Amino acid sequence: MPHITAAELKSNYDVIVVGSGAGGGQTAYTLAMEGVKVLMLEAGRNYDPQAETPMFQDNSRAPLRGAGTVDKPFGFYDATVDGGWQVPGEPYTQASKEPGRQFEWWRSRMLGGRTNHWGRISLRNGPYDFKPYSRDGLGFDWPMNYEDLAPYYDRVELLVGVYGSNEGLENTPDSSPGVLQPPPKARAGELLTQHHAKKIGLPVIPIHRAVLSVRQDSKTIPARLHPNNPKAQRLLAQAMNERAACFWATPCGRGCSIKANYQSTTVHLPPALATGNLDILSDAMVREVTMDDAGKATGVAFINRKSKQEMKVKARVVVLSASACESVRVLLNSKSVRYPNGVANSSGKVGKYIMDTVGARLSGQIPALENLPAHNEDGAGGGHVYVPWWLYKEQHAGKLGFARGYHIEFGSGRQMPGMGSMGGLDWLNGGTYGKAYKEDARRYYGSFLGFAGRGEMIPNEDSFCEIDPMVKDKWGIPVLRFNWKWSEHEIKQAAHMQQTFAELITTMGGRVRQAPQKDGNKAIEPGGSIIHEVGGAIMGATPRNSVTNQWCQTWDVKNLFLTDGAPFCSNADKNPTLTIMALAWRAADYMLEEMRKGNL
Amino acid sequence: MNPTPLSDRLDRRAAIKWMLAGTATMMVIDRDTFAQGAATPGGKGYGTDPDLIKEYKPGDLWPLTLNDHQRRTATVLCAIIIPADERSPSAADLHVQDFVDEWISAPYPGHDADRARILDGLAWLDAEAKKRFGKDFADLASHQHTAICDDICRETPSRAEFKEPSLFFKRFRDLTAGGFYTTKEGMKDINYVGNVPLVTFDGPPPEVLKKLGLA
Repeated sequence: MPHITAAELKSNYDVIVVGSGAGGGQTAYTLAMEGVKVLMLEAGRNYDPQAETPMFQDNSRAPLRGAGTVDKPFGFYDATVDGGWQVPGEPYTQASKEPGRQFEWWRSRMLGGRTNHWGRISLRNGPYDFKPYSRDGLGFDWPMNYEDLAPYYDRVELLVGVYGSNEGLENTPDSSPGVLQPPPKARAGELLTQHHAKKIGLPVIPIHRAVLSVRQDSKTIPARLHPNNPKAQRLLAQAMNERAACFWATPCGRGCSIKANYQSTTVHLPPALATGNLDILSDAMVREVTMDDAGKATGVAFINRKSKQEMKVKARVVVLSASACESVRVLLNSKSVRYPNGVANSSGKVGKYIMDTVGARLSGQIPALENLPAHNEDGAGGGHVYVPWWLYKEQHAGKLGFARGYHIEFGSGRQMPGMGSMGGLDWLNGGTYGKAYKEDARRYYGSFLGFAGRGEMIPNEDSFCEIDPMVKDKWGIPVLRFNWKWSEHEIKQAAHMQQTFAELITTMGGRVRQAPQKDGNKAIEPGGSIIHEVGGAIMGATPRNSVTNQWCQTWDVKNLFLTDGAPFCSNADKNPTLTIMALAWRAADYMLEEMRKGNL
Repeated sequence: MNPTPLSDRLDRRAAIKWMLAGTATMMVIDRDTFAQGAATPGGKGYGTDPDLIKEYKPGDLWPLTLNDHQRRTATVLCAIIIPADERSPSAADLHVQDFVDEWISAPYPGHDADRARILDGLAWLDAEAKKRFGKDFADLASHQHTAICDDICRETPSRAEFKEPSLFFKRFRDLTAGGFYTTKEGMKDINYVGNVPLVTFDGPPPEVLKKLGLA
């Protein structure tokens, strides 16, 4: 069950998986559990959440009281190592200097990638989300239906552990019976929002997050996930028994040393390593897919970041799961006389249609929440409830002026104080100090609500990435250049978000911190901010218009797969991670079948 | 070849102060607290892979700025903004002035602007104290402190000459509050009772639901 060094690489593997996050973790897990010999290559360093997660450290122990810096954008205690919108020595460029035409690219150079710090929000795409073009004539349909992926959503939810409830709402799918863990009780601010939101037609329901609210049933789930595979069942049961249920403290973004939430490093990788079928090599920065004359992938070439030497390794199948844009970069950099535009790119679509999630936010202060009796609201280290998109009918009837929906996440309550907690109280009290200030702090603490919209972006021709002909990173690998443009649908949606939040805050008797923007250009967060990067190698029904088929297999190169967000041909408002994992499991099942048949 | 700094492209008004950076909505952060780019006047930052487990104190990572005189003024101001009362000690008792010093000395973008504002503001306090009362700010009597602070504590000061000092006071107050309410004593003061493991999460207790009219 080794983490190996470059010297210990075997000469040949069944499958190479590039990347160790949600997609790579799931792919390696599914394959290794079924006996396939897998090599996982991770560009960043090895990372051990059990030893490295700062649990219970309060902000007074951190530099700058834990506030974010360029080195740690989400705060000192965020799990991200060697990551952010800028990675030293690994630049990317922008085709345009114009604000609003740029894409900021988040990367995490560490084992487990972004899964170590992500929000754990795990929403399923619904039936409409797979057929957006058929519904409104925009974007692309997926070459599959919700029903094709539903069994894999069930499997992923059972494996990683997701709390939530089945509400039977439009395009907000229920999970199969017995799949979801019980949702935690709502906090005071969440309940108050639920109470008032009803008046303006907003449903506030339990959110789905990949956090164990109770321990997993290690007696029944392994058999359900791995029928007829006693070894896999045994190893998964063992791994499940090593995970504790949430103890309702410390933010999930720090990672979780008790393995209560999902991160690839605590959930996918331990049982996969225990099979003995998985080798993991960290500090291996993949540059290109190597090809033979018959048009098949033979393996990958990578830079060993420790020795700075280029190395090659071979396998029957290559899976890129390096994050959508990084996988695109590898494809485009796999250039040769035979493939002048990179591999898997006969359609010319590699790099096209990159998407993020539309984001806008607004916060307010709610007098009803002032001076509440002391009580512990830490909860599951993230939201307990949310508002799914609720205007499907109005939108479909063309009444909104934008084509796709959003959901609302929100933060409330008496969370652990940080640098921002008491900042700017003067907008409420006009500016006090002394005893009066202390009394104001006691009064206002816990009375703030922050709403964040997360909306669907429609893929467009102006949002793509390509290789910058001039710039290379410190490893000598050509870098990406981004082109970006929001359409009117996203811009109007962002303005609608802020108006909704303002209405909600006002309905609750609260004060809005800043007036909502009428101009969505001022409300929308920059491209890449929400870190829901998908697309760039979209799946489709024909090789002419897409890069992969519904199995995440590239049309051009049979033994080359993409199991991160790159094959997404739409980006529903549902946060992408759960769908990435479900698609990866389904793709891995397909690989297993094709390998058994001798097709790979 | 570097992209335009993200912070430069953001409407500052949109950079809302969030109560809960890093919790409920993971992707929401306050971009005002940092900016892209490299600026390291006071040395190096902690890098992209710091030890997250150890405890840090001001001065551990980069050299501090305040001289003895400035530190004395800052200490007095911390105690004026957050004085001791029956529930908690003063910000000065908890050495929040050292945190303010750490903050304004940090080799990160944005902190240099705070450094200039705080140092100018501390100097202004002394100049104003000398002008009005013939002494350094730190040596004034309580009612004299109040006379000066009352002129600069409001969002909209009464006279134009207090505009800059008011911006300083606002920033110093936010830093003092951030430093104070992140300590154990400060968290206790506002009744933060979390960060302890629980067997179950039971939601708000009955008295909270009753107060909210949700019982």
